[in-house]
Amino acid sequence: MINLTINGQSHSLDIPDTMPLLWAIRDVVGMKGTKFGCGIAQCGACTVHIDGVATRSCVMPVSAVTGEVTTIEAMADDPVGQKVQQAWLELGVAQCGYCQGGQIMNATGLLKHNPAPQPQEIIDAMSGNLCRCGTYNRILAAVERAAGEEANS
Amino acid sequence: MSDSRNALLLANVSRRGVLKGIAGVSALLLAARWDMSMANQQAQFGAGAMPGGWVDNPNVFIQIDTDGRVTFINNRAEMGQGIRTSLAMVAADELGAQWEQVRVQQAPADQEKYGNQNTDGSRSMRHWYDPIRRAAAAARLMLQQAAAQRWEVPVWEVHADLHKMTHPATGRELGFGELAEAARELDVPSRNDLVLKSDSELRFVGKESGWVNGELTSSSPKASDGEDIVSGKAIFGADVALDDMLYAVVARPPVYGATIQSVDDSETLKVPGVQRTMRIDTATQPAAFNPLGGIAVIASNTWAAIEGRKALNIEWDTGAAGDNADYRSEAYRQALEQAAQSPGKVVRQSGDVDAALSSAHRRVAATYYMPHMAQAPMEPPVAIVRVQDGKAEAWAPVQHPRAAREGVASVLGLELENVTVHQTLLGGGFGRKSKPDFVSEAAWVAQAFEGRPVKLQWTREDDVQHAFFHAVSVDHLEASLDADGNATGWLHRTLSPSIASLFAPDPEHKQAFELGMGLNTMPFDIPSVRLENPPAPAHVRIGWFRAVYNLPHAWAIQSFAHEMAVAAGRDHKDYALALLGPDRKIDSLTLGDGWNYGENPDLYPIDTARLRRVIERATEQAGWGREMPEGRGLGLAFHHSFVSYTAIVFDVEVDSEGSVIIHQADIAFDCGPQANPERIRSQLEGACVMGIGIALKSEVTFEDGVAQQSNFDKYLIPRMPDAPKVVRVHLIDNPGDAMGGVGEPGLPPVAPALCNAIYAATGKRIRQLPVADQLST
Repeated sequence: MINLTINGQSHSLDIPDTMPLLWAIRDVVGMKGTKFGCGIAQCGACTVHIDGVATRSCVMPVSAVTGEVTTIEAMADDPVGQKVQQAWLELGVAQCGYCQGGQIMNATGLLKHNPAPQPQEIIDAMSGNLCRCGTYNRILAAVERAAGEEANS
Repeated sequence: MSDSRNALLLANVSRRGVLKGIAGVSALLLAARWDMSMANQQAQFGAGAMPGGWVDNPNVFIQIDTDGRVTFINNRAEMGQGIRTSLAMVAADELGAQWEQVRVQQAPADQEKYGNQNTDGSRSMRHWYDPIRRAAAAARLMLQQAAAQRWEVPVWEVHADLHKMTHPATGRELGFGELAEAARELDVPSRNDLVLKSDSELRFVGKESGWVNGELTSSSPKASDGEDIVSGKAIFGADVALDDMLYAVVARPPVYGATIQSVDDSETLKVPGVQRTMRIDTATQPAAFNPLGGIAVIASNTWAAIEGRKALNIEWDTGAAGDNADYRSEAYRQALEQAAQSPGKVVRQSGDVDAALSSAHRRVAATYYMPHMAQAPMEPPVAIVRVQDGKAEAWAPVQHPRAAREGVASVLGLELENVTVHQTLLGGGFGRKSKPDFVSEAAWVAQAFEGRPVKLQWTREDDVQHAFFHAVSVDHLEASLDADGNATGWLHRTLSPSIASLFAPDPEHKQAFELGMGLNTMPFDIPSVRLENPPAPAHVRIGWFRAVYNLPHAWAIQSFAHEMAVAAGRDHKDYALALLGPDRKIDSLTLGDGWNYGENPDLYPIDTARLRRVIERATEQAGWGREMPEGRGLGLAFHHSFVSYTAIVFDVEVDSEGSVIIHQADIAFDCGPQANPERIRSQLEGACVMGIGIALKSEVTFEDGVAQQSNFDKYLIPRMPDAPKVVRVHLIDNPGDAMGGVGEPGLPPVAPALCNAIYAATGKRIRQLPVADQLST
């Protein structure tokens, strides 16, 4: 059995050790906010936090998960995540929206560790998250805005 | 007040009981009766010429609950263009609703009821703005009539705004919800009795909101799915979860048309969670939207299915694939470039190009190449199908729900009415999800599991290797210039496999709708023009990719126009305006294009004044003509497509290592009336980024018929560092012309503008895409 704590809830799952966390979250636990985009850690759609660190769940075997997993579904309860979500809405970042959960998870992970990043630091940190709709300019602005909110709080 | 308005009031005093057309749980439908004589007439052009046409029956699109909540039923696919927001906004505004009390419900596939649902060709808003406004105006009029009857006042004294009806003379007011039951007893008013709101009465339509070129306006952007998206609750195709669901992936033929010679699935069946494998027949060529065939692996979760597929041992027989198995991109490019040196089928001609070229003061010639590309929406193709009791139900992210429904019916041998297709959100489309082969695959597998839903998931490798690829292209151009550098002759040979090869024996020539995407419609005022289309066979599935053949046509034409300006020693902008010639409205038929994006040429001529205006706006905003530092330059391109007009100026730097740094993009865009400027801006911004990828990075190549890229490690699409540091969209205020498309027209001028800027920065001319490492050598 694999034991996972996701968004504060513990799960005991009868799955192979090698199953990537992404598929455990999506197909076994049944939470759909974490997306499949590439399966090789190239796009970031599957980004979750493990003990607060943004992690690509599509290449992380469940046996290697040692910390608490947080997904996009829990960001509304996260003070930094809330600010990021709010900035996303104010700037109308999303187009199709498929990648945006992963973008928000990555951005929130960044701001948790670097509350006032320089623009280039944001670009570097977000460069692993693909958006085929091409919303990067608004993502950058939204992260800056959320960072400003964070700094002011 | 007019007699007709009195008549309207009187006519609606008589009540009609009975009926509710559509079942809603708590939602009340507006309108007791819909007069079938008001069904739309099929037309030669526009929305009426599409299969299923348009519908403006308010019963179909608008529901009002007794608590006042308005439900807008959206009939078009949402794939990021924002149609669920923008069309709902149009309806809400005409209705007089408060945005916060409007929710959006997605229509299933049913074009007999909802009109055309094929979401491509940048058509959704231009085809549905008017019908949806009429539907909402009819609903509003019924609420007004209900209020007028309650108050015993003339209907024209009742004012609709902010989710209530008011009678200003007496100060009375009633909420939408309070009137819903009375309103639904009324007949739907005649179209002739509808009075649409004036622009000054509109609160949402045409109004800027949200993010405008780096500044937040005071008005928040509307987004029907915004909250769901940022909280992970939005349901895309991949997110549909049904009880007792099985999961499948498919090993498809690596070469288009190959068949299975033998398969050993013994290792596959040992993978924990794998239940069985199943053969899917290889489609006969041309494959249309049919499954490619292969071996499906069915499991209890996606990961098990993927692992099981890895363990398959399949011998493929490429005999049925014919010369597709010999397809090699480099050899193909060389063959097309060779063919481009010889005359081909003439598709447009005026004057005498040969004479112009032979008597030229100066000749310019160049050949351009654009490779295959995969649409690669972030959500790979996926579908869920359940077959039960002779009926099938599908859930899928499809741009063309009708085609999905027909595909499932065909695979299962069912009548169309026994197939239901539920439309989910699309995690991107870009043309890929116009082709519902993945839904048909799911149906194929699901028929073996009566009563159990099967989710068929494409991996990214599947998506890139088995795309309906953007056509590879070679475009060869020659021009003659007189002593002043003015163009006297223009020869353009265009070579690409045709999308028609997907549906019929390969014509090897571009069809009318393909030539009409920026080739025949080239609007330059040049005395002698000859456009030729030598043959180019298809060896893979060719399909729509956002903006389609406008991509290579604009890339070649707009690059070449710049080369002509350089040869003439003239400023590119001045030269472009000279090429356009005097302002005029051109019927595309006179250019040999009888298609015109399906639109009436009287309403939608090619208007060179509109092209001139976007060029002037983009160049002015970009500071065209200013002194640029070493290694930095401005590049311009412009294009008419999907009956809209775009010009882009890039400010680009190329560093000593050959890396391209895009400092700014200034995009001028004229689509005529703007329903939702905020989403227009987002589409143009996104198209700019996607186009940068086309210019700099994206390419699928083939060796022996097999795609050589399969995931984002090799198939490169733009990342955040590739985006312009600043992107500004300048919308042309032009409410007087007919509404144009938005989703696609931003894309075609991006690559040529960027490459023209690279030339201005470096003197290096790019004629083969992607740029990749061409600047570092």
